[in-house]
This record gives sequence, structure tokens and C-alpha cells, in this order.
Amino acid sequence: MSNLDTEVVVNSPESTVATSLWADAWKQFKRNKLALVGLGFIVFVLLTAVFADLIAPYSITDRDVGRSREGPSGDHWFGTDIIGRDLFSRVVYGARVSMKIGLAATSIALVVGVIFGALAGYIGKFVESAIMRFIDVFLAIPYIILAIAIATVFGKSENSVIIVLGFTGWLGVARIVRASFLQLKKQEFVEAAQALGFGRVRIMFRHILPNALQPIIVYGTIAIGSTILSEAALSFLGVGPQDPTPAWGLMVSQGRSDLANAPHLLFFPGLAIALTVTAFVFVGDGLRDALDPKLKDR
Amino acid sequence: MTDQVSPGAPVAPKLASRHGSGSGEVLLSVRNLEAVFETGDGIVHAVDGITFDVHRGEIFAIVGESGSGKSVSAMTVMGLLPTIKVRSGEILWKGENLLDFDENRMRRIRGGEIAMIFQDPLTALNPVHTVGRQVAEMARIHDGLSKKDAMKRAIETLDLVGIPEPAKRAAMHPHEFSGGMRQRAMIAMAIMCKPDLLIADEPTTALDVTVQAQVLEVLVDIKDEIDSGIVLITHDLGVVAGLADQMMVMYAGNQVEFGTVDEIFYETAHPYTEGLLNSIPDLVGDHSKPLIPIKGSPPSLINRPSGCAFHPRCSYARVPGVCSEQEPKLRDEGQGHMSACHFTSVDWKPQ
Repeated sequence: MSNLDTEVVVNSPESTVATSLWADAWKQFKRNKLALVGLGFIVFVLLTAVFADLIAPYSITDRDVGRSREGPSGDHWFGTDIIGRDLFSRVVYGARVSMKIGLAATSIALVVGVIFGALAGYIGKFVESAIMRFIDVFLAIPYIILAIAIATVFGKSENSVIIVLGFTGWLGVARIVRASFLQLKKQEFVEAAQALGFGRVRIMFRHILPNALQPIIVYGTIAIGSTILSEAALSFLGVGPQDPTPAWGLMVSQGRSDLANAPHLLFFPGLAIALTVTAFVFVGDGLRDALDPKLKDR
Repeated sequence: MTDQVSPGAPVAPKLASRHGSGSGEVLLSVRNLEAVFETGDGIVHAVDGITFDVHRGEIFAIVGESGSGKSVSAMTVMGLLPTIKVRSGEILWKGENLLDFDENRMRRIRGGEIAMIFQDPLTALNPVHTVGRQVAEMARIHDGLSKKDAMKRAIETLDLVGIPEPAKRAAMHPHEFSGGMRQRAMIAMAIMCKPDLLIADEPTTALDVTVQAQVLEVLVDIKDEIDSGIVLITHDLGVVAGLADQMMVMYAGNQVEFGTVDEIFYETAHPYTEGLLNSIPDLVGDHSKPLIPIKGSPPSLINRPSGCAFHPRCSYARVPGVCSEQEPKLRDEGQGHMSACHFTSVDWKPQ
């Protein structure tokens, strides 16, 4: 065993290999046309949300009382709403509301869900029973009822929607994470890590978690879509953000009464919700296939 | 370093690495260890009263079939089996009973003072981290080294276990390593913190024969390099013959024979050990000699046979009689060579 080779330059730990794993997944992902279209649309919505100030021709509160419920025209691409506000501008700003709620609520759900799922799956015993029974109880309560309760306490705002959806979303995440951990903790590399004196927290989050990322990423992506849908549902029910916040669900709710003579009021925000949610589902499906080694070369 | 080993050789050559028994200080001393699993079907007597010492500089082999309790014994020493109940006995590590240690203290022992090498290096390394990072992590948690220093030491250690271009290899993931290289990486991980004792649980079983020899050679070199002891758990008597100083044969959780490798190979005192030796091919001796397998299969550890656990499979058993009625005790056959048979080899061996 010579020491001649030690002079080789040390590569950074995340070298070609780590990137090639992701490059591989990206190659696989690209083959899925629907997922690509979905990704394109999500990027489009994100850009819209970020640059809403530049894109929207009017502000969300500018009103032209004389032009109420007008159909789409050159001045107002999506028409105007009941009190004469530009619907296109409101849908553009709505992207910001939906994305903010979708991303924030899903982040909360993922962080809380991963922590509790990991504890339940890895430690087991009493901790597992306590966490899983708690989840069972909360899954038995419809989130709408929970939402109404929380909205009553915290007020009807974007933030209370984030809290509601974040704290109902983590239940599902925790179950998935627990299942992965139960399976992974029996693997020999976990046993080896224990035998070499690694601490519990380190084993859970540095060794097992990276191996469990695939289902979490897929679930998280689809969850952003379904969170946006839930947000729309809550807004529609009136327990979400209030006017003049341009929430898509709220706009659909307001347009409902004029469906017969001004269908555009419901159509455009409704379309925005449907397309955005669908895009996230497509991307989630694409990621599932791309990250699952067993589905390679199908 | 290397001039000694010819692993796999059926006849035990005297090796330069052999220190003989008792030359170094006693590191690990297991006294009358009895441990059971309580399952829904009954109590599994996984380890039933075993006693042995491991000295610094020594290779101590534990030999037995699958389910004989050899791995469970090692895992119990490490305190890694949450479901096992130690009923009696002591596990003395440098004079202190490991069974009294709390989890924090055990964690420092594991990896820091006693390190374990696993059977299947394919699954024992984390697939998502680079090999270098995994090896370096040992120094980070046990010796509190910085990321950079730990990586430097990891690369030195990978070099020590004979991984070519260690700096480049350190940045690779386990799946890019061959089986032998992975096992070397695993050994590197185990020796990062210069432990006093290495427990190698079937370290070469998952490797092909040519690689086995290389990995065993690394193991012996390392032992001398860091001046540790090794507990080698294996079912491969060829490996034992080539490497070990002392050995213990286990059957159904019992220690059936104990002694130096030479004594056990040349003056076999227990019919089970003889059965094991007869069932491996002899490469240098008489090729026409048929292999004699041990008939039957190992007993259930829940419903153990009465008397001597081996009597239903023993060709020399006196049934009905003492073999099926009384549990044999370990008996000294001379100079610490112990056997748990009612009869001395002179009595049972057909002459």
C-alpha cells in the first residue's frame, strides 16, 4: 500500500456523481411531455407572481364604476368585475396569493410532518403510538371544520389559511415519512451507523432522511397543487382571505352569482386554479417516475 | 507491510501476526453471558452461558452455523439488540461491565473503542453519501474534527486499507465501488478512530474468494497497525485456520469448544467440531476422502433438545443415556482447551 496516490487533488465532496444522479432524474423527467408542460406552466405562474407589479396593467383596487361586469376587451383582457376592477390584474396578483399560500403551507406541512414521521418511524414504541393516534384523531376531523375554527380564532386572512393547511397537511406527510423510516431503519447501513456510535438524531436526519426523500419530494409537489385547491375552497366558503385580496377562490365565489350574464367572472379565476393545480399534479407524477429507479427505461 | 497471510488455507500455518493467547492485555472479557429473546412463541435462548476473553493483538474467532448465536453474542456485546434480555453474566470491557453503561457512554464506546465491520458492504454503506463523507463522519463525531481535517484523515485511512487514489475515491458513492473496495471502505470507517477492538461479523462472506483473501490481509495488517484485537465471526473454517489465534465453536447458543486454533484443528475434542471439519474439502490432503456432512439441521432455540443440544445429530451420542438426559458442562481438555461433551475425545473418537 503506497502513499504515492495521496497527492491527488481533493474533489469537493459533491462531485460529478451527486450531480449525475440528479442529471439522470432530469433526463428521465424530460421524457415525460406532460410533466414538462406542467413544469413550464408552474415557472410561468411563479414568474407572474414575482413580477405581478410589472405585468398587471391596473392595481387590484382600481375601479371603474361605470364599467361593471364588462366582458373581455382590449382595455380589460379578462373583463371587469362587479365593481369595475380589472379582472386580468386581479388574476395576475392572485398568482401571488396562491403561490404564497401553497408554498408556505406545504413547507410547514413538510417540516412538521418529516420531524414527527421520523420520530414515529425511527424511535417506535410509545412515541410512535402517541404520534400516530394523534394523527388518526386529526384525520377524522374534516379540515374545513378545522379551518372555520382556526379562522374564527386567528381572523380570516392569508396567514390563517397557511396555518390551517400547514397543520392539516403534515398529517399525511408524517404517515409517508414514518412508512419510509420503518422500512429504512432495518437496513444494514443504519445498523452499521448505530454500531459505529452515531447518535440518533444524526442517524434519523443525516442518514435515513436522504434515502427517504423520493416519496417526500413527490408528495410535496402534488401537495402544493392540492393546497392551492384547498385555499380556493376555503376562500370560496368565505373563511379565507377577504376582499380586496385577489384570491382566486374568492373571485370564483364572487362571480358565482353572475354566472348567467357575466360568466367570465367565474371562468378566468377558475381556469387559473384548474391549470395550476393540474400542472403540479403532472410535475409530481413526472418526478415520481424520474426518481423511481424501478421505473427506469419504461 | 505484508508478508504473512495465506487465508483460506486449510492447514493453519504459523503466522507472523500471531501473538498467541494471553500475550496482550485482556480487552474484552465475557463471563457466563446468558441472553434471551422473548417472542410470542416462547423464549429463544440465543446465547446460553458463554465465556471468553479477547486480548490485544489477538484474533479471536467465533465459529458456528447460522443461528448458532455467534452474531447475537457480538451484537449483545455492542448493546445493539434492543429486544434481547441479558439474564445473567457480565461483559467486561477493560475491567468495566458494559451492561452498566448508559446509552451515551455506550455510544462513545461503539466506533470509538469497539468498532464493527458488517457482512454485506453493499448494504452497510449509506447509498446517498460519498464514501469519503461516511468515513470522515466517524472522526467528526468521535474525535470532534473539523470537516476538512476529518476528510484528510479519511483519505489517509482509505489509503491505509489499500484503496487506490483515495482522494478521488473518497468523492465517489458506494455504488461506484466494487465489493472488495466497499468492504475496505467499511474497514476504513471502523478503524478511523483507532478502536481497541474490531468485531468483524462475517466480513468476507459477501465477497468472492480472491477478494476475500485481500480483505482479510488488510484486516490483519490493520490490526497490527493500530494494535487492536479482532473478534472474527465466521462460518468459514478456512478463514479461521489461516488467521485466528484462539477460537470458540458455538452450537445452539452454547459454547461447545474453546481453545487455540491448533488445538481445535488437530486435537478436536467435540463431535460437532469434528463434524464441521469433516464437511470442508481438504485441498492438500487425500482428495478421494468423501466429505461427511453433519446430518439434520440446527435445533430450534425455543424447544431445545434435552441434554446435550447436539445429541440428535451426533453420530456418537448415547441415546437413551447421558447425552439425551444431562446438559454437558465445559470441561478442560488440557491447557485451557475446553469442550462441552460428556466424553473426552479418547472416549468418542473411533480409533
